[in-house]
Amino acid sequence: MTNLTNLTMAEARDKLAKGEFTAVELTAAHIKAVEAKRGLNAFITETPDLALAEAKESDLRRQAGKAGSMDGLPIGIKDLFCTKGVQTTAASHILEGFKPQYESTVSGKLKSAGAISLGKLNLDEFAMGSSNQTSYFGAVENPWKKKSDPKAKLVPGGSSGGSAAAVAARMVMAATGTDTGGSIRQPAAFCGITGIKPTYGRCSRWGVVAFASSLDQAGPMARTVRDCAIMLGSMAGFDPKDSTSVDMAVPDFEKSLTGDIRGLKVGIPKEYRPDGLSDEVAKVWDRGIEWLKAAGATPVEISLPHTKYALATYYIIAPAECSSNLARYDGLRFGLRVPGKTLDDMYRKTRAEGFGAEVRRRILIGTYVLSAGYYDAYYAKAQKVRRLIAEDFRKAFESVDVILTPTAPSAAFGQGEGTDDPVTMWLNDVFTIPTSMAGLPGLSLPAGLSSDGLPLGLQLIGRPFDEETVFKVAGVMEAAADFTAKPEGV
Amino acid sequence: MAYILQGETGDWEIVIGLEVHAQVISNSKLFSGAATAFGAEPNTQVSFVDAGFPGMLPVINEICVEQAVRTGLGLKAKINLTSVFARKNYFYADLPQGYQISQFDLPIVGEGELILDLADGSTRTVGIERLHLEQDAGKSIHDMHPSKSFIDLNRSGVALMEIVSKPDLRSPEEAGLYLTKLRSILRYLGTCDGNMQEGSMRCDANVSVRPVGSTELRTRCEIKNVNSIRYVQQAIEFEARRHIDVYESGGTIAQETRLFDSVKTETRSMRSKEQAHDYRYFPDPDLLPLVIAQDFVDGIKSGLPELPDAKKTRFMAEYGLNAYDAGVLVAERISADFFETVAKGRDAKIACNWVMGDFFASLNATGKTMEDPPVTAADLGALIDLIKDGTLSGRLAKDVFALMVETGKAPAVIVEEKGMKQVTDTGAIEAAVDAAIAANPDKVAQVKEGKTALLGWFTGQVMKATQGKANPAMVNEMLSKKIVG
Repeated sequence: MTNLTNLTMAEARDKLAKGEFTAVELTAAHIKAVEAKRGLNAFITETPDLALAEAKESDLRRQAGKAGSMDGLPIGIKDLFCTKGVQTTAASHILEGFKPQYESTVSGKLKSAGAISLGKLNLDEFAMGSSNQTSYFGAVENPWKKKSDPKAKLVPGGSSGGSAAAVAARMVMAATGTDTGGSIRQPAAFCGITGIKPTYGRCSRWGVVAFASSLDQAGPMARTVRDCAIMLGSMAGFDPKDSTSVDMAVPDFEKSLTGDIRGLKVGIPKEYRPDGLSDEVAKVWDRGIEWLKAAGATPVEISLPHTKYALATYYIIAPAECSSNLARYDGLRFGLRVPGKTLDDMYRKTRAEGFGAEVRRRILIGTYVLSAGYYDAYYAKAQKVRRLIAEDFRKAFESVDVILTPTAPSAAFGQGEGTDDPVTMWLNDVFTIPTSMAGLPGLSLPAGLSSDGLPLGLQLIGRPFDEETVFKVAGVMEAAADFTAKPEGV
Repeated sequence: MAYILQGETGDWEIVIGLEVHAQVISNSKLFSGAATAFGAEPNTQVSFVDAGFPGMLPVINEICVEQAVRTGLGLKAKINLTSVFARKNYFYADLPQGYQISQFDLPIVGEGELILDLADGSTRTVGIERLHLEQDAGKSIHDMHPSKSFIDLNRSGVALMEIVSKPDLRSPEEAGLYLTKLRSILRYLGTCDGNMQEGSMRCDANVSVRPVGSTELRTRCEIKNVNSIRYVQQAIEFEARRHIDVYESGGTIAQETRLFDSVKTETRSMRSKEQAHDYRYFPDPDLLPLVIAQDFVDGIKSGLPELPDAKKTRFMAEYGLNAYDAGVLVAERISADFFETVAKGRDAKIACNWVMGDFFASLNATGKTMEDPPVTAADLGALIDLIKDGTLSGRLAKDVFALMVETGKAPAVIVEEKGMKQVTDTGAIEAAVDAAIAANPDKVAQVKEGKTALLGWFTGQVMKATQGKANPAMVNEMLSKKIVG
């Protein structure tokens, strides 16, 4: 049965439909994989019993001819999505033991489509991090290994590191991620899988633990472009409970995978080739451009002049919003409470113990930039720059249909590296953050291996709500890349 | 008349601005579907949004927006078609989100005005600075447990309108008139019930003083959450006196927030400027800017009721009432409607006298309210009709009215049952007049000698003899003819 875990979702969907195996068999095979790969620490909470019960129901639905678009497909849910009756932690001590009485819109939609959750996936605490080392429940290990040092434990990227590792290690067929500044795309690149952050407003944020509300966006992580298209179709859609979700029809994303990109113009931003960009990353990018040319698309050099300000701007806006969003974790109504002599004392003790160092750092930065006397110099200015970044993209999309860039400046690095300097860690998201600031769809797909045998990703950026073009181009690149490498032990 | 406070060094005037928090009348909260009814069991009207649970998001309640716009129009204010909700961040146990969603830079309503009706019948216009929508917080209850506080989140998330006046008020009396008038307008509009006891209308007063003749604005102190008009006036009076004492003894006033102690009738420092919260306002990223269409505003505008000022003007023009009477009648929509029902097709001044006189007195005497009046407008109108057609004299009518209050019966029924009909039969009246003349020859002589004032005494005798039922005009006429000739 182990071969069941190597199927793509599209394949498994068709085989389930043909009756080649049941949802229970498919689920059981993945539960076994979860147990076998427990050492990666990809899950915070496993729910095998719930999953098998759901798989049984899925098989009954199929027999009754009522199977949904993802019926019987085992997936994982990033532990940032509230799940009814199942512990939801955001990888933070402060929420340990919290069992929501409600289901997030996105995880609820996946359930309605018949997808089967195997449990809650590890992440950086409150989705703040790029290496999944800030989780209170321990770091996640990347299933890939360096050829030069196969014993070294590598990070899976972050914040959706548990999601990326679980998909790459064939523990789940796909997983939900969330992306605030690159949290789907960078771990997808590090783990050799595909992930898309859709346009801001495409998926409901209702029931997703908030980090930075104006940037947070849920998206799928899977092993193929087609699987991402299938899953996004089940996640997306207007939700009246989220005022920032957009009331637009959800297209059949799978249909956009025509393989025909002739005549499309692909923007290649010169600002994404800074001095000191690793040769390997530059080479993969150049190869990607060649694939697109070969398929009949035209590369066009473009300029996104405010790119260099994006990272600094992000590290004002995201912490500002997080400092306010995380104020509700005060020990009063749910999660951790450390008793104190006074209300303020209880707040201090609870939050000091409940939040990890990176979360505390961002709350402090955010509180500072919003303070009287600093607001204009930091937050107000950052908002202006953010508009300029969005304007760069808007202008670029007047002459191109999609933009191609590297996803991350490097391949996965070792656990423990870069943790002593937060700014170095933040640089991981330098290529993904501008897209987030502009609210645009961004997809990362594996495009090759580094000389040390690690996956490298390329990012495709689309116009607002034009995920279809992104998928279409990604499908062509995926075919050209023919990325068949697998991590160790799969 | 300017209100002047005399100090040792000279005369001072008070500069007052009021911030009123008015709870919006709506079935559900500003950003959640939870109910808003007053007096429910603690924590029974709370959604996950109101309790600040992870992943919960606010969604604006259109009714609350409509109410804010309606109020803005009622205050003749500029309606901002684009406004922005901002977060006001601070930690407190009854603020579950850790921030209050309010409006800061761009409120939904801009500058407007409110007209004060002064006691002498004149008016004065006070500027409105802004009106914005915001969430209420929950309630902390500190007296239920020796070491713990209890929290009731029923109010958490309820919509409030913060209505800020310009510093245009100059006396405690004006502050009282402002609040009375604002409450009247809010009630006319149906946007706030104005009930200060239940906390659905609360007031913060910003107070400073300056020497008469000066135009400077000196440091102000904010007195928080005063819950009756009388207390607002007392707090202003105390605070102004305190400022004058400080200035006259060479001190300076520090900007601070103060509390009013209604038992001791004094204000006390709550927190200084240095201790003031840094609220770190920023636009709420969970909510897009609130954009409303001019059509939406126009639709609300066309449905606005006639407001107190317009009604007062009309009552003066249409019914010939004086400013004072008109002002009293229009203060509440229900009393204005009552008056108009009584006055319809009748002499408006007589109607006004009855409503302002016997009817209002009967409200006080019985403790009843306009919602459940002791006498209906229709019955009071019918009573006036009985005077007009001569069935009742004015004096009889007062007796009938007293019986109407007592029994709730219609005036015609009472007249019939008690036989209180006015006597207009010439023969019956003549007999009583003749009897009175025959019994008092000495007084008849005095009248003939010129003491005509005694005629009134004769009228009294005749009325007494007829148990008040004789038509007084006929009695007077007959007496005059028979004695004076």
